[in-house]
Amino acid sequence: MFDSDTREVLSARAVRKSFGNVEALRGADFDVHIGEVVALMGDNGAGKTTLVKILSGVISPDSGTVRLEGSPVEFSSPIEARNAGIETVYQDLSLADTLDPVANLFLGREIRRSGLLGRIGFVDDAAMRREAQVTFDALNVTVKALRDEVGTMSGGQRQGVAVCRAVTWAKHVLFLDEPTAALGVRQTQNVLDLIRRVRDRGVSVVLISHSIPEVMAVADRVEVLRLGQRVGRFVVSTSSAEEIVGAITGATDLGAA
Amino acid sequence: MKSDSSDDRSVTAAVRSWIAKPTTTMLLILIGLVVAFSILEPSAFPTVLNLRGTLSDAAILLVLAVGATFVIITAGIDLSVGSILVFSSVVSAKVMEWFGNAGIDAIVVGLLAAVAAGCGWGLVNGILVAKAKIPPFVVTLGTLGAAYGLSLVVSGGLDVRSVPKGLNEFGNDRVAGVPVIAIVAGLITVVAGVVLALTVFGRWTYAIGSNSESARRAGIAVDRQFIAVYTIAGLTAGIGAYLSLARFGTTTIAGNTTTNLQVITAVVIGGTSLFGGKGWMLGTAIGVFIPIVIAKGFIIVGVGPYWQFAAVGVVLILAVFVDQRRRLRAAG
Repeated sequence: MFDSDTREVLSARAVRKSFGNVEALRGADFDVHIGEVVALMGDNGAGKTTLVKILSGVISPDSGTVRLEGSPVEFSSPIEARNAGIETVYQDLSLADTLDPVANLFLGREIRRSGLLGRIGFVDDAAMRREAQVTFDALNVTVKALRDEVGTMSGGQRQGVAVCRAVTWAKHVLFLDEPTAALGVRQTQNVLDLIRRVRDRGVSVVLISHSIPEVMAVADRVEVLRLGQRVGRFVVSTSSAEEIVGAITGATDLGAA
Repeated sequence: MKSDSSDDRSVTAAVRSWIAKPTTTMLLILIGLVVAFSILEPSAFPTVLNLRGTLSDAAILLVLAVGATFVIITAGIDLSVGSILVFSSVVSAKVMEWFGNAGIDAIVVGLLAAVAAGCGWGLVNGILVAKAKIPPFVVTLGTLGAAYGLSLVVSGGLDVRSVPKGLNEFGNDRVAGVPVIAIVAGLITVVAGVVLALTVFGRWTYAIGSNSESARRAGIAVDRQFIAVYTIAGLTAGIGAYLSLARFGTTTIAGNTTTNLQVITAVVIGGTSLFGGKGWMLGTAIGVFIPIVIAKGFIIVGVGPYWQFAAVGVVLILAVFVDQRRRLRAAG
């Protein structure tokens, strides 16, 4: 029933990718529905990173298809994926530490002034600051000083800036690669709240995570990879942590594809 | 209203961040030096003549430092600017000599030749840094030797003294009492400062210096930006070469062996971080003037001229120390 589902915004079918003799993905499937938080789980080496890199345009699959809103797509660069409305927040956040949050939010996509000045490259800092403030407010991200360097900010605030930047540009899907790995308890809660707010804006979130409690708290669904294939799909509200752990470790074959 | 109070806050924040800038420390040091020398030698230091001389001395260095500011903000370094200046001035002087008539056409073509030679070397530096991924220190150490060697080849090791008289007059002319080359240098600095602070080009320069991988992921054409920045450094060296011909009426083949270090010293004193991502054109201007004021002041006050190098060294180390302290505080 899943395969004909029209709720999918992004889907991968029978994706294969090898690096030398290593088969990272052996016909993996993956689905992202519209307006959901889906957790992508799996042990180290299960192929999560490879799959995310393919879906966000960093690398190309050897075979298989990726569909965005039902149409086949082949991204040859992350820029193409981004232009198609797919944003990724990497673990390192990819911020420019010596620039302020506003400059980071608009990095590479600066708003220019109107008229001749804009055409010769003048940026409109006031407009960018206004729009950044709107985004920060909408996602309830506290950024105390819009002029401070992001390098001086806490891990949670930096994560907030990186997510806000991605959300500003993500029309369809936002990939978050272990966004809470480096955060404390309270900051983790803030990021999870942020993920829910992103979803409520209609952007689907793919959460790559190792933390079962975190996934149970924030995700609507879970898809599990093992040895390069999808081995489990769970709706969080009707599944137990044990079932998911079983799929990750291979102890059970529940929901195997 | 909310927007008003946030504007107030942002103005206060801007003022506070300005005070915290290492540039401000250096501005205070510059003012302190001027005041101290003026008190020590009230009849000789704070004079129009000395001010004029200071501006003339600063002009060429300032133009080169403008280009170096862009380079150092990208966390790069350009050791070749002194050699590029020599090469560009030799080529420019030879071209003007070849024209023979020393007229306005020769003077204009000489400018084009100096600019083209400078940009050419800058382009080479940029391509080697961005595409061949060779560290800037090594690339520009190589072109330092290559550009100097080639200028010796072209000139036969002898300074070209046939600079058109008109150009030499222009180089020593004054408008409203201000040396023309200082006005030219000032205009270049203002334009470059505006580009750095207010344009996409400037923003991307900071971005690639801050984290080139982040910049790449953000869709910035990182390689092209590096090439452009090193080409600007070459361009300013070419313009510096032309101003040097205008001022001295001759090439200065042997006179630029430490120009690169003077330029880097000025930029770093001005608060631009060697770690990249931070810098300010106004700081560079201040950084250019501090060593020159020290040199002039020591001579006028009667301290042996050799002491100036020691004093500039102290200021340089102090500038980097201030920057690092600030960095540590920010990280803590």
